[in-house]
Amino acid sequence: MKEELKELFKYRELLYMITYRDIKVRYKQSIMGFMWAILMPVLIVLSGVIVRYGYAVASHAPLKTADIAGVAVKALPWAFLVSSIRFACLSLISNKELVTKIYFPKEIFPIAAILASLFDFVVASAALVIFLLILRVGWSLYLTWVPALLVTMVLLAAGIGMIVSAAGLYFRDVKFIVEVFLTFGIFFTPVFYDASMFGEKGKWLLLNPMSPMLEGFGACIARHQSPDLHWFAYSLACALLIFLGGYVFFKHLEPGFAESI
Amino acid sequence: MSDMAIRMEHVYKKFRKGEIYNSLRDLIPALTGRMFQQRELSEKDRREFWAVQDLSFEVKQGEAFGIIGHNGAGKSTALKMLSRIMRPTKGCMVVNGRLSALIEVSAGFHGDLTGRENIFLNGTILGMSKREIQSKLDQIIAFSGIEEFIDTPVKRYSSGMYARLGFSVAAHVDPDVLIVDEVLSVGDYAFQQKCIERMKEVLRSGAAVLFVSHNLKIVAEFCHRCLLLDKGQTVLMGTPQDVISRYLQKPNGNAVDNNSGPVSISSVRIRNEDGECILFRSGEQVWIDVEIAARRRCNKLSVTLYILDDKLAVIFDTSTDLLGHGEFDLEEGDSYRCTFEVCLNLAGGTYYPSILIYRRDIQTVYDKWEPATTIYISSDGGVRGIANCFPHVIRQQICQASHADAAEIGWNSVVPDLNR
Repeated sequence: MKEELKELFKYRELLYMITYRDIKVRYKQSIMGFMWAILMPVLIVLSGVIVRYGYAVASHAPLKTADIAGVAVKALPWAFLVSSIRFACLSLISNKELVTKIYFPKEIFPIAAILASLFDFVVASAALVIFLLILRVGWSLYLTWVPALLVTMVLLAAGIGMIVSAAGLYFRDVKFIVEVFLTFGIFFTPVFYDASMFGEKGKWLLLNPMSPMLEGFGACIARHQSPDLHWFAYSLACALLIFLGGYVFFKHLEPGFAESI
Repeated sequence: MSDMAIRMEHVYKKFRKGEIYNSLRDLIPALTGRMFQQRELSEKDRREFWAVQDLSFEVKQGEAFGIIGHNGAGKSTALKMLSRIMRPTKGCMVVNGRLSALIEVSAGFHGDLTGRENIFLNGTILGMSKREIQSKLDQIIAFSGIEEFIDTPVKRYSSGMYARLGFSVAAHVDPDVLIVDEVLSVGDYAFQQKCIERMKEVLRSGAAVLFVSHNLKIVAEFCHRCLLLDKGQTVLMGTPQDVISRYLQKPNGNAVDNNSGPVSISSVRIRNEDGECILFRSGEQVWIDVEIAARRRCNKLSVTLYILDDKLAVIFDTSTDLLGHGEFDLEEGDSYRCTFEVCLNLAGGTYYPSILIYRRDIQTVYDKWEPATTIYISSDGGVRGIANCFPHVIRQQICQASHADAAEIGWNSVVPDLNR
């Protein structure tokens, strides 16, 4: 594995170039340009606001700014996870020519897909900051948790991305399965709601490794609290495990890519 | 063994043919089906085949090594294993230094990016560093000859421009081992010449070149050593001449087996003063020996010699009958020999001398070897096309529009002897 990582490091310029290509191609020739990065999070935030408004009406409680801020803060990482996993899943198949013709570490493709989505995430984050300033959310020392949460998020996306891209190369219906999970995953992950709304049973929702991470973002940015440490540790451990497992899985299948694609 | 560039030792590659489950929807029923109904092991074995078997060779630095063989002989599989795209099932191989492959020169291109961006993208894919590309950028652009369009997205390029840009990038990688696979068959004449020039340059710099092509003329001219593969197995390794003649013999061997007619060709040999050969100079005198054997009695036969060019067009045709030797008869068990003395007034290229046995009055072809052999004509240059008429320039004049009397001067200065 050390050798493989060394090789990946050797090809870092290629990783950079492929990421650059993915970003450039996505923004070139699109009417919306950079708005594209913001559209999806905006839609998620709007649907979140509607859902939260529904809760508020049903429970006869006023809709608080913190709730809207919480939905907005969680929408971005969710949009990142969805788009990075979607692009990563297709990354090997859509680069068929390169997979069968030229040698280099192929994990560059899913990783580049994730880095390109991360670029979108950064663009959207700039918009989010403005939105939060308008809501007057303010800031606190708990913001120092954000980098740790981001690392968890990227590790998780990269791990899942490598698994689905390799599996998608061998089985063509994997991409449809992934699409279904990404569409309905939002109901199993606390984006529009908080796990705490379910009381005791909320912990079952937190078993989804994405959930504690999203809750963590909500806690430290919107509510100025520390994330739940146990659940965060669980989420980080899962992310590491999935990342390493995904990498080993990918590397194990890689020699067969050229003949199976 | 410090000058060794590539070593392959007993390399095997197995492929599976037949049904491959490429969706989970198909796989899951197949797996459950397999659980309930035990399949025989032999069926699994039957679905597997060896694309490459026990392949061993070494290439030294500064050496050009050719691999030839019919389609499906395992040439490309061998190259793909060398370039590490596929992993061998068994065996080991060593590549010393940076390996670069001229396989699909524009594989890494993306249509939406400009030519310049694609140079960087393709360059890094081929293993160059960004700084290296930056320093060679002007050279690459100049080489491609499309400076004008370098900032246009490549999807607007013509296919020729596409190939040219791809090749200029690939040509500027400085490899220790260069792999060339059939890339010459796609380009036009100028592109092929550029490829060959580049390969020679790479060789001179001390790198090894591994060359796979169906273009036997280039293999014969360019390679130091050659390997013939057939159905994944090594048939012969040696000088290009030996290996190519062995490659060309094979279909002939089959023809004899299949032939059950009354008369058949048993051998065709082409030789010059030094003996049997396949590489000739333009204008050289050669002898083509034809041997035929009769299984049954046959009358009024003649032997036809015709030559095809590389586009399989007949460019020359004659026969023993037409040359005034009349028709001949053969009894059962007879054999017949004749030799054609031919002057190869051909321009450089690949040609296929072919032989057939013919009876004119009943319009019957008894046996036909097309091609009987393949020959390569090397020409000193200066002529192109098919025929070589051995031209010489005996007078040359420059008519200058501004001086009416200049023509006279030019005439006299080039051929002063004419007036004497």
